[in-house]
Amino acid sequence: MEMKIKGRAIFIGIVMVVCLLGIIGFPKNFQELKDNVRNRIRMGLDLKGGTHLVLQVQVEDAVNITADQVLERLQDELKAKNIPYADAQKADDTQVQPPKHRVAVKGVAQERATDLQTLASEQFSDWELSRMPGDATSWMLTLKTTAAANIRNQALLQAMNTIRNRVDQLGVTEPTIAEYGQRDYELVVELPSVDDPTRVKDIIQSTALLELKLVQDGPFSSRESALAAHGGILPPDTQLLPGPMGQNGETWYVVNRVAAVTGRDLSGAEPSHDTSGRPDVNFTLARDGAARFGRVTSANVGKLLAVVLDNRVYEAATIQSQITDRGEITGSFTPQKVQDLALVLRSGALPASIKYLSEETVGPSLGADSIRHGVVACIVGFAAIMAFMLIYYRGAGINADLALILNLIILIAALGYFGAVLTLPGIAGVILTVGMGVDSNVLIFERIREELRLGKAVGAAVAGGFEHAFVTIIDTHVTTIVSAAILFTFGTGPIRGFAVTLTIGLLANLFTSVFVSRVIFDYVLSRRQKGAELSI
Amino acid sequence: MEFFHEPKIDWMGIKWYFITMSLVLAAAGLISMAVKKGLAYGIDFRGGTAVYVKFSKAPNLDAIRSELDRQNLRGATIQAYGKPSDHEVMIALDLKTTTSSEALDQGKHAIVTALSGLYGQGQAGKLDFNNSSPQTVSDHLVAADPLGLSSQGYDSATKSYRDLAEAIIKFRNSPPRSGLISDFQELGSVPGANAGVIATLKNDFYLSSFAISDTAIVGPKVGGDLRRQAIYVTLAGLGAMLVYIWFRFELSYGVAAVVATFHDVIITLGFFSLLNKEITLTVIAALLTLVGYSMNDTIVVFDRIRENVRLNKRENFVALVNRSINQTLSRTILTSGLTFLAVLSLFLFGGEVIHSFSFALVVGVIIGTYSSIFIASPVLVFFQQRLPGSAVAARPKSYPREPVPARR
Repeated sequence: MEMKIKGRAIFIGIVMVVCLLGIIGFPKNFQELKDNVRNRIRMGLDLKGGTHLVLQVQVEDAVNITADQVLERLQDELKAKNIPYADAQKADDTQVQPPKHRVAVKGVAQERATDLQTLASEQFSDWELSRMPGDATSWMLTLKTTAAANIRNQALLQAMNTIRNRVDQLGVTEPTIAEYGQRDYELVVELPSVDDPTRVKDIIQSTALLELKLVQDGPFSSRESALAAHGGILPPDTQLLPGPMGQNGETWYVVNRVAAVTGRDLSGAEPSHDTSGRPDVNFTLARDGAARFGRVTSANVGKLLAVVLDNRVYEAATIQSQITDRGEITGSFTPQKVQDLALVLRSGALPASIKYLSEETVGPSLGADSIRHGVVACIVGFAAIMAFMLIYYRGAGINADLALILNLIILIAALGYFGAVLTLPGIAGVILTVGMGVDSNVLIFERIREELRLGKAVGAAVAGGFEHAFVTIIDTHVTTIVSAAILFTFGTGPIRGFAVTLTIGLLANLFTSVFVSRVIFDYVLSRRQKGAELSI
Repeated sequence: MEFFHEPKIDWMGIKWYFITMSLVLAAAGLISMAVKKGLAYGIDFRGGTAVYVKFSKAPNLDAIRSELDRQNLRGATIQAYGKPSDHEVMIALDLKTTTSSEALDQGKHAIVTALSGLYGQGQAGKLDFNNSSPQTVSDHLVAADPLGLSSQGYDSATKSYRDLAEAIIKFRNSPPRSGLISDFQELGSVPGANAGVIATLKNDFYLSSFAISDTAIVGPKVGGDLRRQAIYVTLAGLGAMLVYIWFRFELSYGVAAVVATFHDVIITLGFFSLLNKEITLTVIAALLTLVGYSMNDTIVVFDRIRENVRLNKRENFVALVNRSINQTLSRTILTSGLTFLAVLSLFLFGGEVIHSFSFALVVGVIIGTYSSIFIASPVLVFFQQRLPGSAVAARPKSYPREPVPARR
């Protein structure tokens, strides 16, 4: 008996020490101790202040871009394979969710059907080729569901990376970027201590799609005059883009649809100044891009080259000679805008646009206030409970208080270990844990008292009390843990935070109130004089 | 020490008084919800923009309103909250008054612009100190280097200014200032903030008489999603508990427990509607806590009933339920009393942010305890007596109306 108690006591001691070290680490002085505690107990933004953004990546953009490219490639391939066709265009079905992406090819001679099928299976394996009903010469290419889902997931991941890059480069401390919910391609971005969320939002959101395109014609003073110059129809594979405001009002350029190089070919971008001291962005190209750029520029000396950002021509300059690996973007930028533009160019383009769903900023003073109030409230509440347990149950009260303290230590250590963040709903979970922790002890003690009233001997009463109360404690705890598991599985953000602290707290509570409390009782009983009363 | 010594209360005999009270409370709450066209959801559920502002002196709400009207923000809610002496105001734009997420974003800008116009007194090129972060303050200190730390090297100097800026902002945020200072000289009591530092701040910043303590912009999708999710997840949680109790006890125990917990949620929501309190995300967390607490309390009583059913095959079920409640009464009062104590201290000392959260908990602990005795147990009795094949049928039909004589 003695040995058994000793062994269990040592086990409890080890758990306690491990958990304590988990919270405070190995501090050399008081300052380090404070730092360690602060680092391990991570507060949520609702407590410490900061900006919380929920955004949705419009992943359909990425699928659309892929579909556009496929259409272009298909036309090229049909030409290359010498398969005549009347018409090829996109025929997306946007009535369904998610939309189905389709390309319709019409007017393919019946005897070339096999060639078309071979081409589709060899070159467009992500797409399914099928006949259009009632028309032997028309075909439909449909993007396979799995392939579309793949593109969407890739776009989400890439967007997450890009946003992380951008936020990191802004120098925000400890940002969180994570998926939010299980569907709908939503991300949550948490930024502690940012005082201009609008700027951060703009930077995250900017697509910063940089393209260098050859100018075919222009500038024109209006859209209409540009179209009129080409008889109302633009030359094939060109597009009309707005340019900078000139001295004579707006400008328009007819440029190649396909870019010579894009933002993906960049290896770097730095804010700088042009020769006349205006802020601009200098960029350098990676090897492949540089080679391609070199070919295009050497073949088109004397022509205009447009720097296009987000489908707007910022600058159109004459190509003086072959350019390979560097260039600059000049416009009427402010120094701040140049900084931000260089940053987003460096961090890579977003694969899809972004829509903000919500923004919440808790000011640092409010956060500090909450923490201070919360701490005071917790200490007062806790002290009241502990004092009451001591008065009401005397000796056994010490038991309950120790169990309660150990419960909290384990809970905090586990939160630190799992890297969980303590939020307001999390504190709600802690409160329920404390409530149920107190309840477990009360259940046990009341039961022991009942057994004593029935005239049982002290040892038998303690054993009977634990035995009876154990059934109840298991039922209450398992019920609550089951529902917490549901909350964790189907809930998001705040609801999950509640479920996590509650589950950890209740598991710790099972250990402390049933096991630890029992060991203390057994120890007290083993030291007791024969026939003495139990202090309960 | 002992509060109750073997009480002999005929709980089931007085159940109708309390069931009537519950029905009245529930009806009052539901009618209030119906009259007010649903619950008052906070911005996080209904979508919209909310800006919470603290002023250094009592703000002129009419002036703010007319300034907002000038910014084309008609229909904004302007409402003081918290203690009057704190001069705190919430300015909210509902999704109803605006149409899109972009408009919500612009709404926030317009509100801030209006406030700056009224209470900013900003000078050109200077920043508002009361609405700046440690990062901004630190950047300006590094640039000016009032302590002459540049000789220490980049890292060391930056870290020193960063720490100093954090200390200064912490000082600004702690009471009695709580985010607002009215004179840069106040910062003199921050260690390290010497005259040079204060001069630098004075040079780069101005002091407005308002500080934005909290903003929220919630798009229509997020609000609706959250509301749906909170409801579905809570129902799923209740369903899971029902299944577990069914498995451990009997179906009627599970149904009774869930009915009681549902009753608690309805009545607590009714209180929120009657008192015009908003349902926010933190209130949902409190409701989840309440569900857990109420369930815990009910199971403790049910556990005792189950145990007594096994021990006494011939006892009348109603008398048995009474006895079980009496046996657990001491623990019920103790546990709920102690939990109430903890929750009450949260309500009294927890501060403004968690006020509605702790309010829901205070109501919840009372209702949750009460419902185990007066709702869960009668419902269990009802099901046990009506459901065919339950063990109760074999028990005596009548039970002693008078308190059971003491066994001693």
